[in-house]
Amino acid sequence: MNEYISLSIILFTIGATGVLVRHNAIVIFMCIELMLNATNLALVSFSRQHGNLDGQIGAFFVMVVAAAEVVVGLAIIVSIYRTRRSTSVDNASLLKF
Amino acid sequence: MFDLLWLLIAIPLASAGILLVWGKESDGFGHLIGTVASAASFVLGVVFFIGLLGRQDGDRAVSQTLFTWIDAGPFHVDMSILYDPLSSLFVLLITGVGTLIHIYSIGYMEHDERRRRFFAFLNLFIASMLLLVLAADYLVLFLGWEGVGLASYLLIGFWQHKESAAAAANKAFVLNRVGDVGMALAIMLMFAQFGTSTFAGVHGGMQNASGNVATALGLLLLLGACAKSAQVPLQSWLLDAMEGPTPVSALIHAATMVTAGVYLVVRAHAIFDVSEIARTAVVVVGLVTLLVGAYIGCAKDDIKKVLAGSTMSQIGYMMLAAGLGPAGYAFAIFHLITHGFFKANMFLGAGSVMHGMDDDVNMRHYGALQKAMPVTFLTFAIGYLAIIGFPGFSGFFSKDKIIEAAFGYNVWIGLGALLGAGVTAFYMTRLMIMTFTSQKRWQKDVHPHESPKVMTWPLIALAALSVLGGALAIGGWINDWLAPVVGQTEQHELAVAPIFITLLVMATVAVGVTIGFFGYARQPIAGETPPNSSVSLFTRAGRADLFGDAINDAIAVRPTRHLTRFLVYVDGKGIDGFVTGLADRIGDGADQLRKTSNGFVRSYALGIFGGALLIVLALLAVNLA
Repeated sequence: MNEYISLSIILFTIGATGVLVRHNAIVIFMCIELMLNATNLALVSFSRQHGNLDGQIGAFFVMVVAAAEVVVGLAIIVSIYRTRRSTSVDNASLLKF
Repeated sequence: MFDLLWLLIAIPLASAGILLVWGKESDGFGHLIGTVASAASFVLGVVFFIGLLGRQDGDRAVSQTLFTWIDAGPFHVDMSILYDPLSSLFVLLITGVGTLIHIYSIGYMEHDERRRRFFAFLNLFIASMLLLVLAADYLVLFLGWEGVGLASYLLIGFWQHKESAAAAANKAFVLNRVGDVGMALAIMLMFAQFGTSTFAGVHGGMQNASGNVATALGLLLLLGACAKSAQVPLQSWLLDAMEGPTPVSALIHAATMVTAGVYLVVRAHAIFDVSEIARTAVVVVGLVTLLVGAYIGCAKDDIKKVLAGSTMSQIGYMMLAAGLGPAGYAFAIFHLITHGFFKANMFLGAGSVMHGMDDDVNMRHYGALQKAMPVTFLTFAIGYLAIIGFPGFSGFFSKDKIIEAAFGYNVWIGLGALLGAGVTAFYMTRLMIMTFTSQKRWQKDVHPHESPKVMTWPLIALAALSVLGGALAIGGWINDWLAPVVGQTEQHELAVAPIFITLLVMATVAVGVTIGFFGYARQPIAGETPPNSSVSLFTRAGRADLFGDAINDAIAVRPTRHLTRFLVYVDGKGIDGFVTGLADRIGDGADQLRKTSNGFVRSYALGIFGGALLIVLALLAVNLA
């Protein structure tokens, strides 16, 4: 059981670090997916430990949200790429004072 | 019959309203409406006076409640009026002299394009003054008191295109506010002590009130009276008030409004009877003012300012008499009435002279006007004989009585009043000689002429009253008439026979006249006012109104300015500094914080992660603890 949770923590940390350090929007996107899946793993593990289905249902919801998010997120990234010819998040830095 | 008392006030008030609201169409006849309104009040006043004469001695007071003015819990004030022997004399004086001055103004203001407005203000004044003397409640009296103050302000500044007139109006208004503070405090004290401000309630409560309350009330009322009656130390506005048209000076600043302070003291005699200190203060104020006014009158070359100084001085006599208590109340009112006649007469005479001399007020440009203006000269001469107290004229009876009563009170006060009579004789003789006799010193292109009949008839009427006014004292009539209001006149034991005092006064007056005669009739008079550098220190002091303005500046104006500047500094640097400083610091902090909002997604994400981490740590800490 501890192993599953440990794996989940490691995956989440990798994802978070990736979000913070990478420039490419696609890679950051994949890192977010990684964080979501680490969460799913933790939910499923706890669900098994407690012997009920609450965690599994939660994981399903996360998957649905993740799928929707991918659709919207990829659309945004594609449209940014079309206007700027770049997917680097540091170039899209207009949202400031 | 007395149900219609309110009409006395309502007629001139309505006329004032009509004249102010009705536009240019009424320019041609507005002055007639105003004069008729004033005359109607006078006729009503005479009718009511006859009605009062027909009543028994003890029954000569009519009090009425017109309507409830203020009703707020225990604070209840009725619009109540009181018509008694004292009010009745004032009603006759105000409306009678007022009507004559209305008639005179028709001629005097003929070429002024705002004559209709002038008459509206005059009517407003008449209405307010009548409310003042008819009030049966100190708060109602205060309403009239403020009304006459407003009318005075509007009329002093009637020619407001002249900067000096506008400034004089403001000065009069501001100085009167100082007195109004005293009045307002007195009325509040009445409410606090007696729960009412009606004459009956306050005067009835005086028996049980402590001496301190009576003294405080007396001194506060005296402060109000000082401002309104131009008594030292609030005297300095009256000389500047001569900027107004001359009929205004005659009506408001000589005959009626400025005597309101004397009326107030006499009306509040129940308060002053109880407080020895307050009465002494009134006597001192009166004595100082009568000497100061007479002194200033000697030094001025401006005919209106001489008369203004004289007015201050004569009101000082009235105040002095009023401060003598039951020995002097009736004489104060007697002198007030005779003074109303002869001073209005002389002011209007001065106006007539100015009318003929192209509005020049400098007596050094007059001279030898008795031939050019015989009617003005004769009427003015009668006023002159009345004011110096020539035997047989009204001022002789009234001033003599006051000096006699002053001697009965205290020899020094009596001597001061006697000296004032001598100085009065001097400066009035000087005025007469410089204006009507002596040699011609006219400016170029000045052709003096007698004024039109509409101006000379009021002069003749007032001159007749100046002679006959003394008749009020025949057999002590005025003392008996006022006895129901102010009590019987007390007689102080004099060390010498009254006739001796009378002779003493006449001798002093004769000395004053002689000095004036030899000083001005026997020597040529300079055609221009000698510069300050060539006259004595005493003359310079008189020309500067005995430094009245300088004293005001030193003890009130300049300290207040400094205080204002200090407060502005504290407000700007202290309070504003703190508030704006705080806002600036917050702004600076926000500027620093703003830099974290740099547009990089990663730094926002770091913030979110950091925040989430903090929350998790906090939850752990709470759960584990």
